[in-house]
Amino acid sequence: MPKVMLRYSDKGKLLFYVAKKDQEDEIAKVEKDDENAWGGEVELTDGSKFYIDPISPPPKFPTTLMFKKA
Amino acid sequence: MTSMTREETEALIQEVLEVYPEKSAKDRAKHLTANDPAVEQSKKCITSNRKSLPGVMTIRGCAYAGSKGVVWGPIKDMIHVSHGPVGCGQYSRAGRRNYYVGMTGVNTFGTMNFTSDFQEKDIVFGGDKKLDKLVDEIEQLFPLNKGVTVQSECPIGLIGDDIEAVSKKKTKEKQKPVVPVRCEGFRGVSQSLGHHIANDAVRDWVLHNRDNDNRFESTPYDVTIIGDYNIGGDAWASRTLLEEMGLRVIAQWSGDGTLAEMENTPKAKLNLLHCYRSMNYISRHMEEKYGIPWMEYNFFGPTKIEESLRAIAARFDDKIKEGAERVIAKYKPLMEATIAKYRPRLEGKKVMLYVGGLRPRHIIGAYEDLGMEVVGTGYEFAHNDDYDRTIKEMGDSTLIYDDVTGYEFEEFVKKIKPDLIGSGIKEKYIFQKMGIPFRQMHSWDYSGPYHGYDGFAIFARDMDMTLNNPCWGKLQAPWKKTESESVTKAA
Ligand code: SF4
Repeated sequence: MPKVMLRYSDKGKLLFYVAKKDQEDEIAKVEKDDENAWGGEVELTDGSKFYIDPISPPPKFPTTLMFKKA
Repeated sequence: MTSMTREETEALIQEVLEVYPEKSAKDRAKHLTANDPAVEQSKKCITSNRKSLPGVMTIRGCAYAGSKGVVWGPIKDMIHVSHGPVGCGQYSRAGRRNYYVGMTGVNTFGTMNFTSDFQEKDIVFGGDKKLDKLVDEIEQLFPLNKGVTVQSECPIGLIGDDIEAVSKKKTKEKQKPVVPVRCEGFRGVSQSLGHHIANDAVRDWVLHNRDNDNRFESTPYDVTIIGDYNIGGDAWASRTLLEEMGLRVIAQWSGDGTLAEMENTPKAKLNLLHCYRSMNYISRHMEEKYGIPWMEYNFFGPTKIEESLRAIAARFDDKIKEGAERVIAKYKPLMEATIAKYRPRLEGKKVMLYVGGLRPRHIIGAYEDLGMEVVGTGYEFAHNDDYDRTIKEMGDSTLIYDDVTGYEFEEFVKKIKPDLIGSGIKEKYIFQKMGIPFRQMHSWDYSGPYHGYDGFAIFARDMDMTLNNPCWGKLQAPWKKTESESVTKAA
């Protein structure tokens, strides 16, 4: 259950940052990303996958959320 | 161009690893690599932020050094108590050359050493009473202090003192912040965790102090300098550039910084982060809590300064963008003159670096501006995100070493034969005795500033002064010299 900080990079991509692991990767794919909800399975550019129950209404970034390893 | 191929670099690493016992060699191998700029993620080729091996000579510091020495120490109007035995603070006192203005001992306390000087009885019976009394004494002797931080040394955590309770009580009594920092030296693998702990202490005890106080008049051009420790005046040399382009610097963290500046930081429009390693935590926190964006910048060498000034200006309106161009144009003649003078004397020289926080990658540009090449670099306490940023800056097949041991560093140097080494005081004399020009790149070898345009001129002079110093030709006793040698050396 990593605690993840989400923020936009300079290029406008959403970054997935896990402080404990110094992991900072762009999010490649999000299962649900529309005006109603954000979340589900999240895939990073390095191929690793995480899961979060879809949040609605979508959260404002930057923010810190708890993810599950998918 | 790099002088070593990938195979040669890899062979060198193998050769150096050979003397270790099998297990250690396996472990150390993960920390050494031949750079491949094509790699996106450093974790694929280098391991970092791991415990150093017992028995090797590491150059790292402790968490207390990261908090007291780096992050908190330079806040000049607070008193930082080294809580525990006297040695930790006294032997590191004023060593980092964080310049500041003020009357030391009256309203600023940067170079002084305050300690609770633990004795046996404090270890046996606990030191909380002593701390309580000490804060009172500080208040009496130095009434102009703006607050106190309690920087825990190893014993505090071992004997289980409750410094938080004392701090809370004293904060109430004094009506000034008394900040407990749990930075006992044994925490974590290096000073890096100390930075993090110190950042968290700022977050929990300082940052929100003025959240409901709107007396501070902000402007749309308010920025802060974060992670510049004003070593030899670095932050000043950076600050003038930002101000010249029309920005207002409302806080300096933490070189020449004050408590009030820290408390007002949440009112800034943009946080400018120089040392990513030691202060990214608080920048991320401010982005999340106050919505203040942050960006990294690099003020070493004209190429990088220009890039950074433009990138900073891009976050603001046309007035600032014009300001940036004006600043760049203004210093162009100075930069051209500096390069014209020193580049011919330094062109093609090879440099190896081994420093801390940001320098192993940030200074590369400055050397390149002088026509020099960095052939090896490494960090004492970096994490993967630092190496992510480094890989791009370094040439192909150059050597990268993490938490290098004394032995490895010496062997690398013997093989690569750089013309200059930039590292710390512990490495200095070994390499000088080996006859290799050396600059201390932690304290700028008692020189500086090196940031900003003014700093680059000094940087270039210092590198020339060191590299082309006639003493390097005099290392051999005259009677041991062969005829031809003395002729070539003299030429
Ligand atoms: S490791 Fe402990 S005893 Fe040593 S300097 Fe650091 S705080 Fe002091």
